[in-house]
Amino acid sequence: MEIRKQKTEKGVLVSVSGRLDAVTSPDFDKEMEGCIAGGETVLVVDLQGLEYISSAGLRSILAVTKKLKARNGKIVLASLQSMVKEVFEISGFSKILPIFSSKEEALSQL
Amino acid sequence: MEALKKPARMEHLEEMLAFVSTRAREKGMGEKRILEVELALEESLVNIIHYAYPEKDGTVEIRCVPSGEGKLRIEIRDQGIPFDIFSMSAPDLNAAVEERAVGGLGIYLIRQLTRAAEYRREGRTNVLSLLF
Repeated sequence: MEIRKQKTEKGVLVSVSGRLDAVTSPDFDKEMEGCIAGGETVLVVDLQGLEYISSAGLRSILAVTKKLKARNGKIVLASLQSMVKEVFEISGFSKILPIFSSKEEALSQL
Repeated sequence: MEALKKPARMEHLEEMLAFVSTRAREKGMGEKRILEVELALEESLVNIIHYAYPEKDGTVEIRCVPSGEGKLRIEIRDQGIPFDIFSMSAPDLNAAVEERAVGGLGIYLIRQLTRAAEYRREGRTNVLSLLF
């Protein structure tokens, strides 16, 4: 898994690629905690390069969502690919999180 | 039958998933389906790694059992405490973010991504049989 962060006018764009699973999710958690500790309240998570997610990854995304909500913040997701999109649909996560087809669209909705 | 036996520890997870995805690829499964197979495997293995051996170290064995054309049957065997993962209740998929719990979600995903998923106890062994 690789995570890149980029500050924008509307929030932090977080690009996650590779696999978000039981092995890599602790690193993702640390990166997200770092963002929140740094005062960020709006995250756009671009999953264009993410090929695989498991329930450990879903748990991490849920945890950061809850933390941001508690700070009146917001998380939006963009560019879910084939398997990742399916897992979000099966698990019901696509109903509880705002998902956009591209990071440009996600940024324009903020 | 091909098999792989490893200590039930997170550091061996990726190797175990790779073992199964190689077999799935040999069966001619598409890349998306292979990722689904890996997901069902990961959920099963992580469960064993976390809960099967609370007081000692143990192993987990993956067996690829002969099955029909284009199908893949995987048996996951451990000698940990008896635990039928399918006795767990399903998560509430309609709960809001604040109430949403992730417990049970892995097992729900296993059920959704397999043709059949069964648990049985053979003597001192837990056997999880997944058909893809």
